[in-house]
Amino acid sequence: MSAIAQQHAIETGRGSMAGRVSDFLWKHPHVFLTILLGPPLLWLGIIYLGSLLALLLQSFFSIDDYSGLINYEFTLATYRQLLNDANFDIIIRTILMAAIVTLFSAVIAFPIAYYAARYARGKWKVIFYLGVMLPLWSSYLVKIYAWKLILAKEGILTWLVTKLNLLWLLDAWLSLPVIGGNSLSVSYTGTFIVFVYVWMPFMILPIQAALERVPTNLIEASSDLGGTPQQTFRHVLFPLALPGIVAGSIFTFSLTLGDYIIPQIIGSSRLFIGQAVYAQQGTAGNIPLAAAFTVVPIIIMGLYLWMARRMGAFDAL
Amino acid sequence: MTAAVLFENVSRHFGAVRAVDAVDLAVAEGEFFAMLGPSGSGKTTCLRLMAGFEQPTAGHIEIFGETAEGVPPYRRSVNTVFQDYALFPHLSILDNVAYGLMVKGIAKEERRKAAEDALAMVKLPGYGVRRPGQLSGGQRQRVALARALVNKPKVLLLDEPLGALDLKLREQMQEELKSLQKSLGITFVFVTHDQGEALSMADRIAVFNDGKIQQLGTPEEVYKQPRTRFVADFVGSSNILPPEFVAQLGAAPQFASLRPEAISLGQSGNGRLVLDGTVLSRSFLGAANRVLVNVNGTRINVMSPAATSIPAEGDPVKLSFDRADLHLMEAAS
Repeated sequence: MSAIAQQHAIETGRGSMAGRVSDFLWKHPHVFLTILLGPPLLWLGIIYLGSLLALLLQSFFSIDDYSGLINYEFTLATYRQLLNDANFDIIIRTILMAAIVTLFSAVIAFPIAYYAARYARGKWKVIFYLGVMLPLWSSYLVKIYAWKLILAKEGILTWLVTKLNLLWLLDAWLSLPVIGGNSLSVSYTGTFIVFVYVWMPFMILPIQAALERVPTNLIEASSDLGGTPQQTFRHVLFPLALPGIVAGSIFTFSLTLGDYIIPQIIGSSRLFIGQAVYAQQGTAGNIPLAAAFTVVPIIIMGLYLWMARRMGAFDAL
Repeated sequence: MTAAVLFENVSRHFGAVRAVDAVDLAVAEGEFFAMLGPSGSGKTTCLRLMAGFEQPTAGHIEIFGETAEGVPPYRRSVNTVFQDYALFPHLSILDNVAYGLMVKGIAKEERRKAAEDALAMVKLPGYGVRRPGQLSGGQRQRVALARALVNKPKVLLLDEPLGALDLKLREQMQEELKSLQKSLGITFVFVTHDQGEALSMADRIAVFNDGKIQQLGTPEEVYKQPRTRFVADFVGSSNILPPEFVAQLGAAPQFASLRPEAISLGQSGNGRLVLDGTVLSRSFLGAANRVLVNVNGTRINVMSPAATSIPAEGDPVKLSFDRADLHLMEAAS
């Protein structure tokens, strides 16, 4: 008898504990799945969603103006307070900033992502990834303080602009109402520049991933059928990259909505939502109003995603 | 008559790789022209040069008498059916077919009608509302065809359009493509690595290897009078006989091609050349038997009708063939 014939067609169990556990899990895939997904689901369900619900609940309580204690009765008084002029200004200011930051990020990120997805190969691809990711590896605070120095009146940007004999242009810009100010570091323009800088990687990477998935022959097909480069961009490339742009904009939009450090360090003293939450739950001790403020970005993001879906942003997924 | 597509000494190099190397060809108007070759032989690059996706490194290209180099794809009235169809996944079938008319600014109603007619022509009426993802491979292939033809191109380029289809569907599409080409009278340029497909469909075939055209002619010429060993071997299967062997048969000492089906087993007819050999192996192919015979150390394939009786392995056998079927080839390659 040959060596092959002497072997059993079916091996007996290896006998070890690990072997038996493997056999058991192979026979009962549901058990395996429960073990695999249980801990993350518990984390997500209790610690994440649970605290979110607790937060939502808080926003329906109110604070007693006199004693400063929380009144645990359901009321919409806090939301009424949220919509008074001063608070509503904060909301509008934040949404506008987030929208403009998102729009500019997309416009700046697209060509970079397009280059990386279509042309960069080998070494250049590595350089692209390093260039995009490197800023994420250094501390967020360090970057913001660096920008404060760059944008300050005595900073390198003013120096550069002076050397280029363009100081008049900077001064003209800073003298504009609302977006101007004493120097870039205390103006909305400065806040905007730093927001765009800090969130840029979150816009570039999803767009690059989306563009990389667009087959080259679709671009060629459009051109073959008579589409000029502009038409190809509008009718083929942009619709197919839209899921990536929407994914990127979800990052830039929601991160801007929630951030409280950048506008505190760079910008005018007028508050953004994140700063308002920080102030209400900290110094003011008004947890219900802080909770109501945090509900605003959640609702806005919900609306944003719903609109993006209606516009067909996810059709190509 | 001006040629539909004219290549004069056209080369396309990618770095040190000569994908297309000094190619001359002229595709006649209304012709079904096939470019046949193994992968990497330059046939697809030639097609891309015609479409405008590639620009020649050297040489001159004309499409209907007009200079084509430097002209972008969107200004050529040439359309392509891509290998994997390249349908736009985010558009409906109707919008896919109407795309070429849309970018040219044809009114919505008019292009809708034209697209529906084109879909009817490829036997997919009423499929306009679907998405490419909902169609089978064969259906997508037809949509790609309709999308190209709706623009009434002067030349239709097809890049291995049947490669992804299964055998039955492929044979059916071959028939349909051929009759479509006849009825429309449009020049078709067809790239394929399948010699059977090229032989059965094309009016003329250009056989490519290493970026060069090895032979250009009608299917009959290419099959019966292969100019080089490469052509003899690639188009159909053939016995390539070495010069010494050919000299023993009383012909000039050159490489010669002898088709397996031109040889019969046993001594038959007058004036035929006869060889003695032994059977090495035999296999049953359904309609025929393939017999491998050793003749003085040279292996010769014989394709014999299934009805004839085949000697057993190791048995001596006589082979006979007509001298006219022994085709002498150029010494080169």
